[in-house]
Amino acid sequence: MSPPPSGTALLEARGLVKRYGNVQALDTASFTAFPGEVVALIGDNGAGKSTLVKVLSGVIRPDGGEILVNGEPVHMSSPVDARKYGIETVYQDLALAPDLDAAANLHLGRELYLIPALKVLNRTEMRRRAVTAFAALGIQLPDVSAPVGTLSGGQRQSIAVARAVAYASKVIFMDEPTAALGVVQRERVLDTIRRVRDQGVSVVLISHNMPEVLAVSDRVEVLRLGRRVARYRTPETTIEELVGAMTGALTTEDDAS
Amino acid sequence: MSEPKGRLEAPRRRASELVGRFSTANETWTLVALLILVVFFTIKAPGRFFTLTDFSLIAQNSATLLVMAVGQTFVILTAGIDLSVGNVLVLSGVVAGEYFVHHGGAGAGVGNVLAGVLIGIVVGAAWGAMQGFLVAKAKVPPLIVTLAGYGGAFGVSYLLTGGSDISSVPHHLVNSIGLSSVAGVQWLIVIAFLVAIIFGLILAYTRFGRYTYAIGSNPEAARRAGINVDRHLIKVYALAGLLSGTAGIMSLAFFGNTTIAGHASDNLTVITAVVLGGASLFGGRGTMWGTVIGLFIPAVLQTGLVIIHVNQYWQYVAIAVVLVAAVYLDQLRRRLRTRT
Repeated sequence: MSPPPSGTALLEARGLVKRYGNVQALDTASFTAFPGEVVALIGDNGAGKSTLVKVLSGVIRPDGGEILVNGEPVHMSSPVDARKYGIETVYQDLALAPDLDAAANLHLGRELYLIPALKVLNRTEMRRRAVTAFAALGIQLPDVSAPVGTLSGGQRQSIAVARAVAYASKVIFMDEPTAALGVVQRERVLDTIRRVRDQGVSVVLISHNMPEVLAVSDRVEVLRLGRRVARYRTPETTIEELVGAMTGALTTEDDAS
Repeated sequence: MSEPKGRLEAPRRRASELVGRFSTANETWTLVALLILVVFFTIKAPGRFFTLTDFSLIAQNSATLLVMAVGQTFVILTAGIDLSVGNVLVLSGVVAGEYFVHHGGAGAGVGNVLAGVLIGIVVGAAWGAMQGFLVAKAKVPPLIVTLAGYGGAFGVSYLLTGGSDISSVPHHLVNSIGLSSVAGVQWLIVIAFLVAIIFGLILAYTRFGRYTYAIGSNPEAARRAGINVDRHLIKVYALAGLLSGTAGIMSLAFFGNTTIAGHASDNLTVITAVVLGGASLFGGRGTMWGTVIGLFIPAVLQTGLVIIHVNQYWQYVAIAVVLVAAVYLDQLRRRLRTRT
């Protein structure tokens, strides 16, 4: 095990607690993302990955613990707060409105106006920006004005990714972004992750796919039973080691301390 | 040489795309159905359908229903339902009527008439907002909330009036929006279509409309996009109440009394219109244009059947079949879509 990188963390969670009835989804969970890196967040089913992502993107409020952005404690009581800090999320369920078109989904909650006083939408401009955002990621949609529910799983995935990339200035969470994809689309998403990182935005990748984690991440943080149990630099670790940390076969960071 | 060819193809593709979208839109089929009905009755009763059908009478009878259907469209687009509309109409009329009784009766001045109109509309909006609050915050299903609102509004109307209609409606009100016309068209019809046009534009072109679709399509996605879903739902139900209140004033002005017992099935008529117009009961899809067409199908059907000497009650059977077919097709399409 190697020491974590030095310097101020871009986004840090300390001792997050979240209970659902008797289920302890997060049990003093910690997490760190540094500037300009791809950090993989891995763990077995029920380890608390998705809960952690939802807490850090403002969707659910933790029962305890603190969140720091650039070393400053912050409150995230809604997704709007998270966005304010430059944090965007690609949810596992994509969080798209199937009856709206790609441009409308891309701008959902951030509409552009033709007549701001009357909240009249500027559909032309939103469509134009959407096409630009998709093109920047090499995404080609057959019809930008088709309801996204009529598009393929890969195309929907692309829209959700493009939306996060278009607005994120600090961190993008991607919860299982390749789970539903074919080989070619999966490669494209991994390329996108690298490209986003190279633009200086940190990417937090939640994935079950260990080869994918090793291929794209710079660091790995492991959650088990709602707690961070290990951190690795990707070049220095192996699949066996990661699986061992996930399942509890190896001694772990926070348990030992 | 391939370049100019490509340039030529571009607009053609866009045109076929438009045609494709037009043909898959639900309201297109509703419009086609309406036109088929008109053509059918015109052929069956040559020269009689158009001369005997009093389209302005149809429009006049449908005016209050159209205003309520506009609100219902917003509610159904959020995947909700509003069963209370007809009795909120009655309640608004009754409250306004009570105000008139105590403020000049049939001879009430313009100031009091305006005050009574405003009170009636505000009562409708408040009733709707209360229902919206229960739907959004208390998470009681809209079907139950508005069913309770339907019964409650009826009960309060009876309690306020003791069950006898108020008929001392100010002449100013009756003689203005109730019975007079502008450029040959009844004020009632003008108001109804203005409401449909204005709120149709709001639905199609503003943030309020966009959020209505988004919430009906995927409320969780809307919430995560930072939309205040609860507040928007309250607004939508308040709008439905406000429009029912407006319809209440229109009805009061037209009939000159509160017609307490006359609106028990308005809700079903209005919901039928919205669904026939192509709106999905599961939310997220539908247009105001579709609702307007959907409202006039039963009316045209009824008139046409009378003219070709078919028992007009076949209308109800025909609408029943079409209604189920419309919802079945919507279900089918949803299933096909989620399978991909």
